Amino acid sequence: MNVIETSGLGKRYGGTWALRECTLAIPDGRVAALVGPNGAGKSTLLNLAVGLSAPSAGEVTVLGGRPAGSPAALDGIAFVAQDTPLYKNLSVADMLYVTRSLNRRFDQSYARARLDELGIPPKRRAGKLSGGQQAQLALTLALARRPRLLALDEPVAMLDPVARHDFMATVMTAMAADGVSVLLSSHVLAELERVADYLILLSRGRVQLAGEVDALLASHRLLTGPAAEVDRYAGRPVVHAGRADVQAHLLVQATADDPVPPGWTARTASLEELALAYLRQPGAAALHGPGRDRGTEKSEVTR
Amino acid sequence: MTALTVPARPEEDDTRLRPVPWRRMAGVTWRQHRYALLGVVTLLGAVAVYLWIAGLQLHRAYAAAIACHPARSPACQDLVNTFNGMGTFLANGSILQALPALIGAFVGAPVLARELETGTYRYAWTQGFGRWRWTLGKLVPLAVAVTAATAAFGALLSWYYQPYLATPGHQALGLSQTSAFNGGLFDLREVAFPAWTLAAFAIGALAGMLIRRVVPAIVATLAVYAGLAVTAGLFLREHYLTPLLTTSLTVPGSAWILSQWWTKGGTTLSQSTIQQVMDPVMQRLLPAVPPDQVHLYKLPTILNAEQYLTQHGYTYWTRYQPGSRFWPFQWIEGGWLLALSALLIAATIWLVRRRAT
Repeated sequence: MNVIETSGLGKRYGGTWALRECTLAIPDGRVAALVGPNGAGKSTLLNLAVGLSAPSAGEVTVLGGRPAGSPAALDGIAFVAQDTPLYKNLSVADMLYVTRSLNRRFDQSYARARLDELGIPPKRRAGKLSGGQQAQLALTLALARRPRLLALDEPVAMLDPVARHDFMATVMTAMAADGVSVLLSSHVLAELERVADYLILLSRGRVQLAGEVDALLASHRLLTGPAAEVDRYAGRPVVHAGRADVQAHLLVQATADDPVPPGWTARTASLEELALAYLRQPGAAALHGPGRDRGTEKSEVTR
Repeated sequence: MTALTVPARPEEDDTRLRPVPWRRMAGVTWRQHRYALLGVVTLLGAVAVYLWIAGLQLHRAYAAAIACHPARSPACQDLVNTFNGMGTFLANGSILQALPALIGAFVGAPVLARELETGTYRYAWTQGFGRWRWTLGKLVPLAVAVTAATAAFGALLSWYYQPYLATPGHQALGLSQTSAFNGGLFDLREVAFPAWTLAAFAIGALAGMLIRRVVPAIVATLAVYAGLAVTAGLFLREHYLTPLLTTSLTVPGSAWILSQWWTKGGTTLSQSTIQQVMDPVMQRLLPAVPPDQVHLYKLPTILNAEQYLTQHGYTYWTRYQPGSRFWPFQWIEGGWLLALSALLIAATIWLVRRRAT
């Protein structure tokens, strides 16, 4: 099952396309990271997936073919929007009541115990909680719905490092315990390194790269060698060339088995290095686009 | 960090998904809008207490004035003057005209505008309840609540204004009187008052959805409401039923007089023309009394003068709505306002459903 499948998906605001020609298939059971600079279309894609907005082109289905925004889709997806919106003048207990009332499933005892553990008093108004507590409350409400897919839009952007760590720990615990799939957008690359096993890179409203993190890392090498020889290196498509005075760093599409030119060293790139290299070179999508990944994903689906 | 785990999700057949029951929205709506609703009840309650106390005095003064015998005695005239001098603050009802607008704007406009302004719609519309059901489940109970509260208040207002409403006895005694169609009072009665509140609420809800900011939505609601109320009062209401035409000089005080004019030999006379004819007749007919008592005789004298003119080839036309049409008019106004409100709420829900964010 794919938690999200899009084909030719596009969203236009006025005359500008916030997202276009987006074709994706995010498999079940992953922590999928949606990465891109501000304005790349991350929120747009998430809003389309959770049914908050309607596509201008193409289509999007969730949880194995349910139309986004349909009752069955809403039932299975819990969305924590950017800045974790809560009713600020309601108490924590009232937020629990409201969320329980608005959903078919709600695990009250889980929510209670979780808030207890976090030290969030039920009588406190949501607006009086700290930023980290508000984020945790929103996340707890989402998880207590026992969703199949947890969608998070920039969940940690506003949090301090400790709150950020605690938040991601809660997500990962739920992931491990319940097998909930997670789709989160972020521009905090370092945070994703530890958690993401599926990566979608968005740039200027287009999907630049999408695939399993392991597969992506295995198909790229980071080469370091003399700057003067950069132009002579032509073995593999170069994603990004970073030149210092003496040494050049090239992220190339290659595997560990590919030969390394003399005078150069090769190593596996980190997810952050990979993402940064692509983001610095938006045109690189043409070299290693979603088309190839889409093919492999499709074959996984049929299997 | 945590030992808590999420219990396994029961496997369910999602194709036969039953929606979240409607009744669950009641508690949600109450929790989110209780302060607005309590505000309405407090506002109406405070005004109601005032009306109740003032109304008891008014009714007592009225009862005393009409029970007094003989009617022309100075003691009785004192009682009439007491009644006429009461409740001038509320007598024309214009201050209370603002209530439906305020209630509608302050309860109706924030329902969607606040969600859109603070971003909480992204929470509300992604819950399992579904966004158009959420909107309907909120707007309908709130609409019913404000309508019911103002209907009760309208009944109290009707009771309060009862002594002012024209009866055949009023004029003879010299009591203040007004037609039930009076622009300031018609809106405040049992049917029209809650209907206008409902309309203001519906305007507010739609304005909130369109404008997406609380304060501008409230301002827009008040402006649109005022425009609609003025249009209805000045231009629409008199056409609900075809007005009657009479040449009788004595139209009952309960009637809503739309226009009056003189004709002679089939041509309509201008105001100044008839004044030139009328003035000498008035001078002739007015009895010789001290100047401070002239006002007591003016009204009967005008009637005499008018009778004199009708006997000399003039005809006095009156276009009017009879007092007996009060209730049909209330229901006609209530009916179209209800239809309008239903339409506006339906439009709001339609916008929520199709809205592209």
